[in-house]
Amino acid sequence: MAIDLRGKRAHADTAFRWLAFASAAIVLLVLALIALTMAGRAVPVLDRMGLEFFTSRRWSPADGRFGALPFLWGTLYTAAIAVALAVPVSLGVALFVTQVAPRWLRAPIVYLLDLLAVVPSVVFGLWGVMVLSQHFGLGRSFLTAGVILAIMITPIITSLAREVIETTPESEKEAALALGATRWEMIVGAVWPHSKAGLVGATMLGLGRAMGETIAAALVIGSSLGQVTLDAFAPGNSMPAVIANEWGEADELHKSALIALAVTLFVITIVVNMGARAIVERSKR
Amino acid sequence: MTHVETFSEVLAPVVFDLSSLEVFYGSFRAVRDVTLQIRAHEITAFIGPSGCGKTTVLRCLNRMNDLIAGARVGGRVTYHGVDLYGTQVSAPEVRRRIGMVFQKPNPFPKSIYDNIAFGPRINGIRDRVKLDEIVEKSLRAAALWDEVKDRLRSSALGMSGGQQQRLCIARTIAIEPEVVLMDEPCSALDPIASARIEELMRELKNRYTIVIVTHNMQQAARVSDRTAFFTAELDSQSDQRTGVLVETGTTAKLFSNPREERTENYITGRFG
Repeated sequence: MAIDLRGKRAHADTAFRWLAFASAAIVLLVLALIALTMAGRAVPVLDRMGLEFFTSRRWSPADGRFGALPFLWGTLYTAAIAVALAVPVSLGVALFVTQVAPRWLRAPIVYLLDLLAVVPSVVFGLWGVMVLSQHFGLGRSFLTAGVILAIMITPIITSLAREVIETTPESEKEAALALGATRWEMIVGAVWPHSKAGLVGATMLGLGRAMGETIAAALVIGSSLGQVTLDAFAPGNSMPAVIANEWGEADELHKSALIALAVTLFVITIVVNMGARAIVERSKR
Repeated sequence: MTHVETFSEVLAPVVFDLSSLEVFYGSFRAVRDVTLQIRAHEITAFIGPSGCGKTTVLRCLNRMNDLIAGARVGGRVTYHGVDLYGTQVSAPEVRRRIGMVFQKPNPFPKSIYDNIAFGPRINGIRDRVKLDEIVEKSLRAAALWDEVKDRLRSSALGMSGGQQQRLCIARTIAIEPEVVLMDEPCSALDPIASARIEELMRELKNRYTIVIVTHNMQQAARVSDRTAFFTAELDSQSDQRTGVLVETGTTAKLFSNPREERTENYITGRFG
């Protein structure tokens, strides 16, 4: 008689496979749906304004004129300030926690930073208004928004940087130290080459977060119209802040313009993230 | 033969002088009562079963134990008469003079050239010509130059294990240390690659003092001038194993006519 090698019926396996596939498909479907409906509703304003939507400084809903350059600028400028402030601090904290701090101090620092990450953004925004704008006299400006955003993205960059730095093999750190490297020389010579790709990725992720942040930025950036300036103390506006502030009283074309802003933001963050990935991948080779 | 041995024993100056050395990891005493001398331009081998503390003692000689949290050293280790654990002593400076090659080849994920230039660079050498010179000299000394001279810019990770280990040796001697410590340098290599490293060690001993930890008794017998045999003793009070030094002597004597029965049992394969 032939041996029966058919085994158990793998119903559960089949079901699991379909379930996993369906979950993945739903995510993609939702993303595509969002992109399509948003893009569709952005068409009227782009039809009317053309490329001027991105290049004009005049945003005047009453006249049906929508030039988004100031908001584009505000988003990029505040995010750049945030990253410029947050990255050195995050790197410093990550290096301190992984390389310098005594063991007993590491867990508390990490815990506190993780707490910072879960504070609701509206709290940061209000704190920014009360303390930075009023008490420190920064007013509502690009700088105030940049500082608030920096505080908000520091935990995520630190946490990623910490993980990246910890992937440096002990054997390579020992190799550097055995050659007479000081701790700093070891960090520069062994930890940095290992971590730089991941750190670029962490930075880009922080950049993406800073650009998309709505409430905190809306509270402190100043909500002015039309400022495209390097003056960090000038009030400005950013894309998510404009959307949040104007949606309620917008008519059809105005809504289309705000949706176009959202689509633009969506595209920029995707490009930033893809860029981050490309850099990480390339430096892995 | 005996005459020559005595003669060299008188001449070779002491580089390391260990007296009643003990090492703790937290409250655990890993090694105790190590008293021995390591002499210039000799190869000293540390042998013994696993857990006998030979690597621990080796890592005391260039302060690598400092990196292990809770490690503490008692007794005295001097290097040319200077207490290695003295308050004025800087560990990086110690390690610059006393290089180390590890059990597993650990090149940096950089080019062959940059691996060798790492040490000279942190010592402030920036001049290209000078660096080129050091790289070539070090690779030649490690018998690696002819194999890699056409691909100095390619990644060290593309080399074979044996080449990587010779690269690590070249990287170590690029900083012109006086001593090279080797922690089971051949344990991750095949016999042919091991033989090349042994050959290299014999060449290097003219210029460096070498201390090697090895599991391989034949290797110790083949390459070393002097051997220290360690073993692990069970401490009756704490029920922990602590490494002790059983005996030291010229390799010829230790392998042919050991003083202690424990040494004889180990080298004849009756134990360990």
